[in-house]
Amino acid sequence: MAQISHTIPARGPHGLLYDPRARAVFYQLLTLTIVVAVGWFLVDNTLTNLANRNIASGFGFLDREAGFAISESVIAYNASDSYGRALLVGFLNTIRIAVLGIVVATVLGTVIGIARLSSNWLLAKLASVYVEVVRNIPLLLQLFVWYSVITVSLPHPREQVTIGLDIYLTNRGIYAPVPADHPVWLPVGVALVVAIGIAWGIARWAKRAQDETGRTKPVFWYSLAVIVGCPALVWLVGGAPTEMVVPVLDGFNFRGEELTPEFLALLLGLSTYTAGFIAEIVRSGIQAVPKGQTEAARAVGLKPGRVLQLVILPQALRIIIPPTTSQYLNLTKNSSLAVAIGYPDLVSVGNTTLNQTGQAIEVIVIYMTVYLTISLLISLFMNWYNQRIALVER
Amino acid sequence: MSDTSSHVWLPSRPPPRSATGPLAWLRHNLFSTWYNALLTVLIVWFLAELIPPIVRWVLVDATLLSALGTDNPAAVCRDGDGACWAFIAEWWRFLLFGRYPFDEQWRPALAVALVIGLWVVSCDRRFWNRRLIYVWGLGAPAAFILMGGGVFGLREVPTVNWGGLPLTIGLSTVGLAFAFPIGVVLALGRRSNLPVIRLLCIAYIELIRGVPLITVLFMASLMLPMFLPTGMTIDVLLRAQIGITLFASAYLAEVVRGGLQALPKGQYEAADSLGLTYWQKTGLIILPQALRISIPPLVNTFIGFFKDTSLVIIIGLLDLVGAAKQALTNPAWRGFYQESYLFIAVIFFVFCYCMSKYSQWLEKHVNTGVNR
Repeated sequence: MAQISHTIPARGPHGLLYDPRARAVFYQLLTLTIVVAVGWFLVDNTLTNLANRNIASGFGFLDREAGFAISESVIAYNASDSYGRALLVGFLNTIRIAVLGIVVATVLGTVIGIARLSSNWLLAKLASVYVEVVRNIPLLLQLFVWYSVITVSLPHPREQVTIGLDIYLTNRGIYAPVPADHPVWLPVGVALVVAIGIAWGIARWAKRAQDETGRTKPVFWYSLAVIVGCPALVWLVGGAPTEMVVPVLDGFNFRGEELTPEFLALLLGLSTYTAGFIAEIVRSGIQAVPKGQTEAARAVGLKPGRVLQLVILPQALRIIIPPTTSQYLNLTKNSSLAVAIGYPDLVSVGNTTLNQTGQAIEVIVIYMTVYLTISLLISLFMNWYNQRIALVER
Repeated sequence: MSDTSSHVWLPSRPPPRSATGPLAWLRHNLFSTWYNALLTVLIVWFLAELIPPIVRWVLVDATLLSALGTDNPAAVCRDGDGACWAFIAEWWRFLLFGRYPFDEQWRPALAVALVIGLWVVSCDRRFWNRRLIYVWGLGAPAAFILMGGGVFGLREVPTVNWGGLPLTIGLSTVGLAFAFPIGVVLALGRRSNLPVIRLLCIAYIELIRGVPLITVLFMASLMLPMFLPTGMTIDVLLRAQIGITLFASAYLAEVVRGGLQALPKGQYEAADSLGLTYWQKTGLIILPQALRISIPPLVNTFIGFFKDTSLVIIIGLLDLVGAAKQALTNPAWRGFYQESYLFIAVIFFVFCYCMSKYSQWLEKHVNTGVNR
C-alpha cells in the first residue's frame, strides 16, 4: 500500500509579525500614539499662544463681573452680575426656547403630517407644499425672514395693530395683558397640578373597570371636567380676581409683559422648520402601518376616530419616536442660531463673554458640555419612553 | 294565457353616479363627507384671501421698468405698493457673487456652471465609473483656478472676496469630497474589533454630533489659529471649510455605518472564509455593497450640508444668505428684505428640491437588486 503522506501545507513565516493578536495590539498602540502626539502638539501650541497673549487659562473668569446687559432673562440679572450668572441666563433662555419650540413643532408637525394623508385632495396638497417649502430652505434664512417680518413689517408701537383683548402687535414685540398679582394664583396653580394627578387616576380606574367589566367610561369628559373644574373652583373661592395688567403706551414704547421680536422670530422659525420634518416622520410612520390593520379595525366596528386612536397610532408611534427624538435634538442644537438674530441664548451670551475675556477654549468647552448633556438627557428620556411603548414580543 | 301578458315592468332604477370625470373627482376628493366639504370651503376661502394679494405684490403693483431708468430707483420703489424687482436688477450680481471684483465676475459664474455641470453628470448612473473621478480631478482644480486666479493671466482674487453662490456650492462640494473618506474611515473604525480604535471613533462621532454646527465653526475660526505654531496663520475660508468638513464627516460616518449594518452577516463570513485580509474584504466585498446602499441617505445628508453652509455668515463670510443680508444694509435699499430673501430662497429651493427628488428617484432605482 502506498503510503499517503499527510503533509501540512506550509503556513508561511511564523512569529510575532504574523500573529493577529500582536498586530491588533500594535495597530491600536500606533493609533493611540498618533492621536496623543497630535493632541499634545495642539495643546502645546495653544499653551504657548495663550502665554504670548497673556491670557490666563482656567474657569476663574466666571466669577468676574460681566458688565453687559442681557435683553431678556428668566431669572434676575443685571450688568454687575458675574459671567457665570450671565451664562446661566443664556442657558435658561436656550432651555426656554427649546422646550416651547419642541411643544409647538410636535403639535404643528403632527397636524400637518396627518393632513398630508387626508382624503381631502386640497388639504393634502397644501400640506405637502408646506413641507417641501420649509424643508428646502435654510433655517437661517427662515429666521431672518421671520425676524424681518416682525421688525420691519409690523407697525411702530405708536401705530400698533391690535387683535382685540388688549393684545398689541408692534415691531418691538407682542404685548399682552397678564393677570395682576393676587394671592389666589398660587393655589390655582397647585389645584391644576392636583387636578392633572386626579385625571391620571381616573384614567387608571377607567382602564381597570374596562379590563374587568368590558365597559368603557367617558374618560376624556371626566378628565376635562376635573382639570377645568378644580382650578376654577379654587379661583371662585379665592374671590375670583379679574384684574389684569394691561400694556400701556408710554412714550415711544409699551410697558407691560412682552414677547420680544427675537424670541418670537426664533420660536416661529424653529418650530415651523422642525414641524416640516416631524410631519414627514408622522406621515411615513402612519403609512408604515399595514392597511389590513385599518380594515380589520373597521370590520370589528370601530369608528374612524377610535381606529386611529386604538389601532393605528400605537403601532405608528413605535416607528415615529426614534426619528422624532433626533428632530428634538436638532431643534435644540439649531436654537444656537439665535446668535444670528440677537436672542440671548447660551451661544450668544457665550460669544459676548468670549469677546470680552478672550477665554475662547473655556467658553467652547462650556458650549460642548452643555449641548452634549442636553443631547444625552433627551436621548435617555426618549429611549425610556420608546422602551415603554415598544412591542412586547414573545 | 291572458294574465301573463299583463305583467308590469318596474320603473328603471336611476343610473349610478358617474365614477369618472371632473364632477366625480370633485365629489370623491373634495366633498366626500360633510367635514371634508367644510374643509374644502375653508381652504378655498383662505387661498382666495391669500393668493390675489401675493399676485398683486409680485406682478401687478411691482416696480421694475419704471424704476430702472431713473437716478434713484429705490425712491421710486418706495412710492410703489408692490415688489421692487428693481432691487434684484440692481443687486443680483452682488447677491450671486458677493464682493468678487465686478469686472471679473464671469469667472465665478463659469466656475459655478462647471461644478453644477459636474454634479449633473455625476447624477447619471451611466457615468458611475472610473472616468468620473478623472473628470472631477480636472474640473474641480479648474473651478478653483478660475476663482482664485494668479495664473494664466487671471488676476488674483483673495478668498476674503469670494462670496455668494460659488461659496455655498464650493463649501458644500469640497466639504463632501473631504468629509466622505474621513466618514468611511470613521464608520469602519466604529465597527472595528479593536477596542481603542472603536472608542476613539465613537468619541469623535458622538462629540461632533452632539454639538451645534455653530460651535464647531466658532471652534474652527477661533481655536484653529491657537492650535497652530506661533506665527502661522490660516485663511478664514479654509478655517470654515475645515469646520464644515469635520462636522460633515461625523454625520457621513453614521450614514455609511447604516449601509455597513444593512449588509447581511453572510457577506462578512463569506469574505473571511475565502481567506481575504481585512483590507481586501473591506475594499472588495463590503464597501462596494455598503456604499451603494448608503447613496440615497447620502444625498439627503448632502442637502442638509448645502443648507447648513449658510451658517458661515456667523464667522463673517458672505455666502448667499450673507450677501442678501449685506445688501440690505445699504442705506438706500434698506427694508427691501422680501425681494432679497425671496430671491435667495428660490435659489436654495431649486437646488434642494432637485436634489431631494433625485434622492427619491435613486431610492427607487439604485438598489433594485437588493431590495425585496
